Amino acid sequence: MQARKIVPAALVIAVASVPFSAPWLQTLLTIALAKGISVLGVTLLLRAGQVSFGHALYFAIAAYAVAFLAPTALGGDLILMLAVATAGATLSGLVVGLFVVRYRGIFFGMLNLAFSMIFWSILEKFYHYTGGADGIHVRRPMIVGIELEREPFEFVLFYVALAGSIGLGWVVIRFLSSPIGNLFCTIKTNETRLEYLGMSPRGTLLVGYAVSAALCGVGGAIMAVTQGIVTPEYAWWIRSGEMVFIAVLGGAGSVSGAFVGAIVYEVVRSYAAAFAADVWQLILGSFLLIIILFAPGGLIGIYNAAMNRLAGRRRDAGRPAGPVRGSAAANEHGARHD
Amino acid sequence: MNAQLFLLALFDGVAYAALVFMVAVGLTLIFGVMRILNVAHGSLYAIGAYLSVSIVGAVMAAGFAPILAFPLMLISAILVGVLVGGPIEWFLLRRIYHKPEVLQLLVTFAVFMILEDVQRLVWGSQPYFEASALQLLGNVNVFGVYYTVYQLIVLPLVAVIVLIGLRLFLRRTLNGKLILAVTEDREMAQSIGIDADKVFLVTFIVGAALAGLGGALASPTTSVLPGMGANMIVLSFAVVATAGLGNIEGAAVAALLIGLGRSFAVYLFPELQVLVPYLIMLLVLLIRPEGLFGTVGARKI
Repeated sequence: MQARKIVPAALVIAVASVPFSAPWLQTLLTIALAKGISVLGVTLLLRAGQVSFGHALYFAIAAYAVAFLAPTALGGDLILMLAVATAGATLSGLVVGLFVVRYRGIFFGMLNLAFSMIFWSILEKFYHYTGGADGIHVRRPMIVGIELEREPFEFVLFYVALAGSIGLGWVVIRFLSSPIGNLFCTIKTNETRLEYLGMSPRGTLLVGYAVSAALCGVGGAIMAVTQGIVTPEYAWWIRSGEMVFIAVLGGAGSVSGAFVGAIVYEVVRSYAAAFAADVWQLILGSFLLIIILFAPGGLIGIYNAAMNRLAGRRRDAGRPAGPVRGSAAANEHGARHD
Repeated sequence: MNAQLFLLALFDGVAYAALVFMVAVGLTLIFGVMRILNVAHGSLYAIGAYLSVSIVGAVMAAGFAPILAFPLMLISAILVGVLVGGPIEWFLLRRIYHKPEVLQLLVTFAVFMILEDVQRLVWGSQPYFEASALQLLGNVNVFGVYYTVYQLIVLPLVAVIVLIGLRLFLRRTLNGKLILAVTEDREMAQSIGIDADKVFLVTFIVGAALAGLGGALASPTTSVLPGMGANMIVLSFAVVATAGLGNIEGAAVAALLIGLGRSFAVYLFPELQVLVPYLIMLLVLLIRPEGLFGTVGARKI
């Protein structure tokens, strides 16, 4: 039973110690955590049964906001910039959300796709403002008024990303267990029932949509600062697909799965790109197929199943076989939403 | 905008619409029957283009008459349908019909990623160009505007043949009626003895072949290079959504609308060229959420 709590804690400590134990992984993990935060936004929508093929839009809006803010007086500071960029993403999420929450299923996904592609082509074509396909260089910001050299800056940024991941992961778990969060999940299970309760499904979905846009924004802003450059590719539909991919890889609808998925994805991707540059998409695609066909619960699903088996075996030793089955099943049920 | 530019934009738009239609109609056919939005459709289009360039290029290099390019393009399209589309349905999609929509979409996304790399492995990343068919037919002068016969006449003609052919096939032949029956109500169709698995396989092969045909026919007009599939798929998504998912005649109208919109934007507001298809889609869906020709499904409680 204890292993269920020890393993996640050990993983968090392992990640937190990376700058000391494995410094070459630091930037990779910063990027993975930034993506993880964005994936959290997609995960949230998956809880309402909606899949967005265009959330790279908010990722890119926040990233470009950072790029535009960085040289101005307002934008010298990292935390301030993250806040403003996230606010921008949230606001755009509200505006676009007003329109897309009228749709469900494939139409929802495609309309999001259309919005992100519109933004992508604006970034690509309005060269004078956005730098076109070359993108914009992002000046390294100050942190609470202190100008840092590259290495200490990346060190701090890593912990900002880590703190953001843990904090926002907690926020999303709280959101999902709040009344509005429960209503939000009802859109997936039974939308009609939500209406019978006298609630507006559109209004509920809009709240969740704005939160998901905000999360994608935080991820995009951290990503822009980490990479030091923003390009239209941030809004490209394959990026959105990648986010959905990571969400499903980690475990569709699972908060911790978003981060586990993002870390595994980034590590596989960077090693595949280094050692098999020609076929890294092929490797990732096959990986995704295997997960969907053989482990639809994603990595978190595999982990929970293993833990359940472990817990079941331990109890088997002390108790007759009968009730164990039931409690293991109940466990699985409860653990699914961790 | 003078008359000549107007004609040029018109011709560009029609030629482009014809190509987009062929890809989009395959996509919408597959969606209508199988309820799967096939992201890998863009790859099938690209593979059709690559295959056609290779086969036509090889045959031309061997010194055969350029007229052979036309049957060879058709053969490439059929090869794409049978050799690529067939196995995708048989080995993958068959396993996921009972899964949620999201996972189905992701499976085709995974196939798309895999096929992108397969293309790169087989054909490399350099552009290919093979325009025997285009050069063979030469140009035509319409009201003082020179335009290629291939784009002005052949492409729209093939698109119209595909449209009418599909319609006749679905309404007048037994196999077509079986497909329609499965589209209408799968359980009912199965209960009266229709082999839905076979219908799905045939539909996917036909849809994939149409994507391949679009690619093969596009190959003489453009250079074939990596990334063309990714561009085409989002555009045909836009067409299909504008038309109403699963609607074949609607896809033709939407393709024309988006093709013309795009080509006029090229001449009038070049910056907006990429934007126009999505703007049209948004406008249409804003007014008619189910697409131009889509029908509102009954609400199930």
